[in-house]
Amino acid sequence: MLSRVANSIYWLGRYLERAENYARFMDVNFNLMLDLPKDQKEQWLPLVQATGDNNEFQKLYEGVNKNDIINYMAFDLRNPNSIISCVSKARENAREVRENVIKETWEKLNELYHYVNSMANSMDWIEGDPIPFFTGVKEHIMLINGIGYATVARSEGWYFRLLGTFLERADKTSRIVDVKYHIILPTPTLVGTPIDYLHWSALLKSVSGFNTYRRMYGTLEASKVVDFLILNRKFPRSVFYSILEAEDCLRNISGNNSRGFTNEAEKSIGELRSRLEFTSVEEIIEFGLHQYMDDLQIKIIDISNKVNDAFFQVKNNFAYQINIEE
Amino acid sequence: MEYELGNFFDEMYESSGEIRPQYLQLSGAIGSVKPERISQLQFSANKTQVNMGMTFNVYHDNQGLEKILHLDIIPRILANEEWKILEKGLKQRIEALNLFINDVYNDQKSLKDKIVPEDLILGSRDFLKPCIGLKPPKGVWCHITGTDLVKNNDGNYYILEDNLRCPSGVSYMLGSRDIIKRIYPNLFNSMGVMPVSDYPLRLLEMLQYISNKEHPVVGVLTPGIYNSAYYEHSYLALQMGVELVSGVDLITRDDKVYMQTTKGLQQIDVLYRRIDDTFLDPTAFNPTSMLGVPGIFNAYKKGNIALANAPGTGVADDKAVYAYVPKLIKYFLGEDAILNNVPTYLARDQEDRKFILDNIEDLVVKETNSAGGYGMMIGPKATKEDHAKFRTLVKENPTNYIAQPTLSLSTVPTWIEDHLEPRHVDLRPYILYGKEIEVIPGALTRVALTKGSLVVNSSQGGGSKDTWVLY
Repeated sequence: MLSRVANSIYWLGRYLERAENYARFMDVNFNLMLDLPKDQKEQWLPLVQATGDNNEFQKLYEGVNKNDIINYMAFDLRNPNSIISCVSKARENAREVRENVIKETWEKLNELYHYVNSMANSMDWIEGDPIPFFTGVKEHIMLINGIGYATVARSEGWYFRLLGTFLERADKTSRIVDVKYHIILPTPTLVGTPIDYLHWSALLKSVSGFNTYRRMYGTLEASKVVDFLILNRKFPRSVFYSILEAEDCLRNISGNNSRGFTNEAEKSIGELRSRLEFTSVEEIIEFGLHQYMDDLQIKIIDISNKVNDAFFQVKNNFAYQINIEE
Repeated sequence: MEYELGNFFDEMYESSGEIRPQYLQLSGAIGSVKPERISQLQFSANKTQVNMGMTFNVYHDNQGLEKILHLDIIPRILANEEWKILEKGLKQRIEALNLFINDVYNDQKSLKDKIVPEDLILGSRDFLKPCIGLKPPKGVWCHITGTDLVKNNDGNYYILEDNLRCPSGVSYMLGSRDIIKRIYPNLFNSMGVMPVSDYPLRLLEMLQYISNKEHPVVGVLTPGIYNSAYYEHSYLALQMGVELVSGVDLITRDDKVYMQTTKGLQQIDVLYRRIDDTFLDPTAFNPTSMLGVPGIFNAYKKGNIALANAPGTGVADDKAVYAYVPKLIKYFLGEDAILNNVPTYLARDQEDRKFILDNIEDLVVKETNSAGGYGMMIGPKATKEDHAKFRTLVKENPTNYIAQPTLSLSTVPTWIEDHLEPRHVDLRPYILYGKEIEVIPGALTRVALTKGSLVVNSSQGGGSKDTWVLY
């Protein structure tokens, strides 16, 4: 597979996952706000804080207005991670490798692109109810992923797309956990109040994990929610599960079906996977939840860089020809 | 609203108002549904085009620049007898042009025998000196052609342009067919419309044929995502199941061309190149090109990669060379041309020039080296100022201009808002030249959507129609 093509497919996976997660962030915050008692102030800033784009947001907007945050996270092209930016870039990447994308995937992605743009242009969401939009984005992307699961051949390209999807998901789930850190004080022992209960439920709902959690863990407790979101081995949006899947993708790409590693990306992700595999939630909380998430995110960036070095580098033929002529 | 037949050949109606036999079923089908329903279908056809990403124009991260080529849902229909003549005529023309290109870069017999003036060819900027002496694989130069024809009010077809370089639009022929099939699911079967969907397969077979290897690696070479025909490049690569590559993906070593893959270098054997030949290799042609692949021309000369179309074909589709094609057919094949040429006056010729200057109001004046409907003046439609301007241009630079009588393009009923109106069309069939010459039974019909307009180019308000060739 062409290095450039692999690169684009990988980013197609990442951007779609990012857009979906942003839609999930927004969707869940709306639900949360609707449930809050009257005297509780709506909290929108934690969303921006958790995505790591707070500094950029503060440069562009004054104050912390709900509509500003919705606009910044969904429709603002100046925010490289907004839904509209991610969807546009996902489509751009798909367009660049159109010959490697099946018709149905391309057409649904195109629809999504036009849907997001028409919503951004219409500004209807300010007056009306923006929730259907976020649900719409999420469902569009789940449909695109579904088309992939049902029809795309399990060859190299598929694993690059999945690799992008799962690395992105691992990062975003860790940030969802971080939202909680930004909403209330980072004391993991603060449990039991209805507000706390609402917050944790909201987090679980944002990853469509509320029912699964209840079935697996029963009562709502901070440490159990953290265990579920970070370390659970069965839940497909947990950090551990995502890293495990991403590692499988790398091994499928290189054809490494033995132990150990064959490139730096495999080495790095294997280290992270085993760290998560042999950690308990108590250790994480003792270490500091926010700090642990930070470390996790840095490690994922490091893996991404190594993926880039291992597969996506190309030589410039112009420079190459000049060098050999000299 | 009454359908007003002008003083033109209408493809659906005889001048008496009778419906031509090949349109009877379609006309019945259209007549049996309410206009609102047809408008609805027209709307959904255009929406499908958007969703398919069937767009053209310069791509930029800005919606306004991504446009669809409006597809009119009323098809243009060709009876089989009519098609047979076109098919035969096109094969003849391509065969002769291919022999001519080969001759120009090798023996130059046709120049020595003064069939075509030597200076017209050797002085042309499309005559590529690096190609002299080249013998492309299997003797084929113009593998893919998209010839433009029009039907005049005498009911006869005339060749407008040969388009031997990188003719585009075939993806619209294929994409439009997919959409139109959904609109008339019953008619296709009952009328017997010949399929075009095997074009990508035939294209791939042709590309594999021109390589010496048994299982060649084939790719489509695109200038990239910002090219106006990018949709087509990616579409064809997807449909053929081959790689779509751009210059950045390729590297040349030891006169071989390699793709840079996740598993290292992989040699590529055939490229359907959609980069203009002069931009193909800065070390051989235009040194300022940043699009191409330095070193690819040497690899081609050594026979390590096959290119379609071969570099250098442009020399035969110059608008001045066009005038000589009937003579070339006679010279190379010993046959009379089956398809008409439009009488062409060459401004480089003194007598012709005088004729052009005296009759400019009635003529179409064209620059010999431009396309897309630019650099052209339609005498009867132009202002006095334009006439004067083109007189000066012709006088100053006669070798750059030719003139032709104004043809009256035929019309086809076209859906305008809520009713049918006649609109002028041209016809672009596609011809593949591999083991043999094949004409795909279909075409891109371009339609001038503006009332009375004769300019069908997409850049100037043109749309398209699906073209049905009947069994």
